[in-house]
Formats: sequence, C-alpha cells, structure tokens
Amino acid sequence: MTPESQNPQHPQNPQHPAEPSAAPASSTAVIQVEGVHKSFGDLHVLKDCDLTVRSGEVAVLVGPSGSGKSTLLRCINQLEEPTAGRVLIDGVVQGYDSDPLPDGRWQKLTSAQIAAQRSRIGMVFQRFHLFPHLTALGNVMEAPVQVRGLPKAAAEKKARALLERVGLADRADHYPSELSGGQQQRVAIARALAMDPELMLFDEPTSALDPELVSEVLTVLKDLAADGMTMVVVTHEMGFAREVADQVVFMDEGRILERGTPEQVIDHPESERLKGFLASVL
Amino acid sequence: MSTTQTPAPADAQGYTPIRAKAAPRPGTWISAAITALLVLGLISFLVTNPVLEWGTVATYLFDIKVVQGVGWTLLLTVLSMVLGTVVALTAAVMRRSDNPVLRGVSWAYIFVFRGIPVYTQLVFWGLFTVIVPKLVIGVPFGPELLSFSTRDLLTAFWAAVIGLGLNEGAYLAEIIRSGLNSVDKGQTEASKALGMSNGQILRRIIVPQAMRVIVPPLGNETIGMLKTTSLVLAVPFTLDLTFATNGIANKLFTPIPLLIVAALWYLAITSVLMVGQHFLEKHFGRGFDDRTPATGRGTRSRQAAVNRAGTTPHDPLPEVEL
Repeated sequence: MTPESQNPQHPQNPQHPAEPSAAPASSTAVIQVEGVHKSFGDLHVLKDCDLTVRSGEVAVLVGPSGSGKSTLLRCINQLEEPTAGRVLIDGVVQGYDSDPLPDGRWQKLTSAQIAAQRSRIGMVFQRFHLFPHLTALGNVMEAPVQVRGLPKAAAEKKARALLERVGLADRADHYPSELSGGQQQRVAIARALAMDPELMLFDEPTSALDPELVSEVLTVLKDLAADGMTMVVVTHEMGFAREVADQVVFMDEGRILERGTPEQVIDHPESERLKGFLASVL
Repeated sequence: MSTTQTPAPADAQGYTPIRAKAAPRPGTWISAAITALLVLGLISFLVTNPVLEWGTVATYLFDIKVVQGVGWTLLLTVLSMVLGTVVALTAAVMRRSDNPVLRGVSWAYIFVFRGIPVYTQLVFWGLFTVIVPKLVIGVPFGPELLSFSTRDLLTAFWAAVIGLGLNEGAYLAEIIRSGLNSVDKGQTEASKALGMSNGQILRRIIVPQAMRVIVPPLGNETIGMLKTTSLVLAVPFTLDLTFATNGIANKLFTPIPLLIVAALWYLAITSVLMVGQHFLEKHFGRGFDDRTPATGRGTRSRQAAVNRAGTTPHDPLPEVEL
C-alpha cells in the first residue's frame, strides 16, 4: 500500500486517515480503491492503485491510452475483477464477503449479489451501448422495470422526466439508430440515472463523438456534477477537468503518478511524464 | 427534368443536368430473348402434355383426404419447429455456459442428432414403444413412484413430432448460437452495469437482437421442415400430404397428376410461410439502421436515418440548456 503522499484532494475535506483499510473509513468516502492490481495473463495493466472519491466529488482520470484508466474504472463496478487489492463502495467490499474465511481466503459473492452491487453504480460507455431494439424511452425504462420491479407507468413517467433533464424529451420514441452520437450518449446517461445511482462512472464519454457534439454531452456532465453527483470520469477533455474536477488523477503505465486539484496537476505538473502528456493534449 | 428533348436550360438550382444516352447492351437483349423462349417452351410442354392429366389434378386438388393431409402436414411442421426451437435455444445457451457438463451434453446432443439421418431417427421413434415399453419415475435402483405405458402416451403423431423436432433442434442450435454470438459484447456489459441478471440480459437484450440474425435461416429451416414431414411414413404416420396423394395415386394407377397436386400444395404452404417470415423480419428489424420498417425496401445510411427522423438540429450549437 503506497502512502497517499499527495496534498489534500479537496479543500473542504481534509485527507482521511492514511490507512484506508481501517474500517469504518471516513463516512463521506463513497469509493475506496485500495492497492488494486490487475493482470491479463502476463500483461500487468494496473499496479498498486489507490483512489478515494468522496460523496459529491468529481474525480477525473487522465493519461495516455493504455495507461489503465478504463480498467481502473471498470474495476469499480466489477466489469473487471482486480487481481489483488480491493474496492469498497460506501465502506462495503465489492465482489466478496466483507470478512475473510478462517483459512484466509475470500468468499466470492453470487452473481445476483454482484448484480445488486452494480445496480447502485451508473456507468456510461465510450460507445454508448444503447439497446438498439428499444426506443430511447425503452432504453431508460428497461432496468428500473426489470431490476427494480418498478411498475411500467411509474417507470415511463420517470424515464420521460430523465429524458427531459438531458434535453431529449421530444426524442423519447426514436430508436438509437435515429439519433446523433451526442443524443445517444445523453440517452445513455439518462438510462444510467434511471437506477438512482449513488455514483456515476464515465468511460471516455465524448471520445466517440464528432467534435461539435462534445459540448452537449459535457453540459449534461457539468449539470450532474453541480447537482452533487459523485462521479469518476475518464476523459481527454482538459477544459472539462479544469472546470469540474475536484481531483485530477494522472495515470501512466498502470500506475497513478500524480493526483491533486486541477491547478496542481494540470498547471503545475511535477513528473516529466505528466508534462509530456499535457504538452500533447493541451 | 432530364427527359426533356430540348436542351435543358439552366434550372433554378443553377446547373444543366447531363442528357445521357444509354450505352449499347446487346447481351441483355439476347439473353432475355433466349430465356423467354425456353420459358415459353416449358409452359407449352406443361399445358399440352397429356401425361400430366390436368383434369385429374383439378379433381383431386381439393379432395378431402388431400386437404386433411395439408392440415396434418402444417400441424407437423409448426409443432416440430416449435419443439425444435425450444430445444435449440436450450442447447445453444448450454453451449455458451461456463458449466462443462452442460456444454458437453449440448455438444453430444448436436453430434448425435445432426449425425444420424432423420429417416433413421423417425424409425427409431416409431419403435420407441418397443424399445422403452414403460416410463418409470422413481429412485434409480430403488422403488418406483409412477409408471406409464409409453404405448398410451406416444402416438404415431407425437412420435413424428418428437423425431422431427429433436432432429431440427440440433441444426437450429448452431444457428441460434451464432445469432447469440453476433450480438455486440458491449450490450452485455451495459446490461450488467445496470444490475441486470444473466437471465434478464439473455431474455430482454441478447435474444431480441439475435432474432434479427436468426429469423432468415429459421425461415429457411421451416420450409425445409415442411418438406421433411413427407418422411413421417417412416414412423409410420400416414395422414400427411405426401402419404395422402401417394395413396390416391396408387388407387388410380396415375402417379403423375397426384405428384402435381402435392407439389402445388407444398408451393402454396411455402408462400404462406414466406409471408410470415417477412413480418417476423420486419418485427425484429425494428431500430436497426438498414431497412427500417417505415421505408420498407432498400438500405439507407445512418446519416439518412438521422436526417429522416429530423433529430439533428439546424442550429449546430448545443441543444442542452441548463
């Protein structure tokens, strides 16, 4: 476990105790990633990553492609299983029983338990992954009806309100193939919000969009952040990071190299790697 | 606009369309003429050949035995396809399972039922009551709880349905498996991220999208099944269309016109099935880029779909106001 050597990440919230596994951690920490490693065969893509995101905070992960940003994000909602280390959401270990078995092994959760844990975390993908056989409204209603058992009428009312919130009230009955990329991504955000998530993960939400469509999606993200949603965003949009992020995390070759406020990380980079990266994207 | 004879003036849009004359295509005309002659020859042969006995064809086309045969053939086709599809979906899902026992059993089922001629299988099912006279529910090597005589349960009709259905299931399993595999992995990830269970993902997300890929070969298989039902005399089941027309032909000593009767009915049923397939394809094609139901035929680009839906704002600035 590397000591968290950086400056306080959020002016209002002083750094929580240096040993995060000492449960119960700071009551406001929503996400705690502790010493996570991930290997795909011989490929070691995440190396001893620690990340704490507090309630209402926006963390932005930046770094060159292949640096492990997306894998770290996917470990948070168990689309990837960490090879070592653990992820806690609201202090609850993800994917395993909270205490080890007497022989020291960890009891894995059933797929139904994992699904229940995932349902509290919204995720938005680079390539949207809307359900093409359902309309925008159908996409947003699907999980509340199927997973939460919400009555259809209530789910539809909620879905229409969410589509309105992302500026797409009049597109409810269109299929994804009839929507532009930016509109599809906003439907995807509404779909994730329909599950009333405690936190939202965004995996390069604007990277697959035409340049003129990026701002309409970023506007929705800014609105969510202003409403106090806890968010982790993988992005190359430095302007967005500077404006919205409470902490910016720079990753390179599977390690977290620098973290801090946007001013610290973007304006006063310490490592040569980060300086080089910023020079290439700014 | 381009058909006007006089030199077209520059029109409102400010350009003069090209007045083109078609390139010579003698091959088109020659091949069309030869083919048309051959078709005419075939038609005159069909109309004038006395051996075909069109009068007898007309007499027996709506014979009660024939019409009943059509009904039984249709029933056999539909029931065995339903059974085959259910079995195939189960086998395909088992093939994709993490459980090696399920994968192995599914593989063995497909291997056996695809590898043995359907005629042989039908004879086996006809003899099932001899091979297995009694079905017993109980503890293996222990007491019997319930027992049935298979002779009472398995009539020739159901033996035919099971024989055809299980054979078909082995073929459909591969079709359905490739259909399920054709759905983008991102769909599963997005569903998982929403907290959906594996069963919900399969039922609500994967299968509806896979159907778009599965329906065309499924239609093909249904038409194949329609014709395979003519083998049910192997069971023996003796009420289907082929058996009915053969029976009449043997009585009259005129095989040819009764073959024509059977052929016309098979063609008629195939046409009906093709209409059904068209509507299924339309239903499961909803929301996909090409051939959206509203426009019917032809492929359109994604941009055209977006334009038609009118979802792109004329104002390129962001539509979101907050």
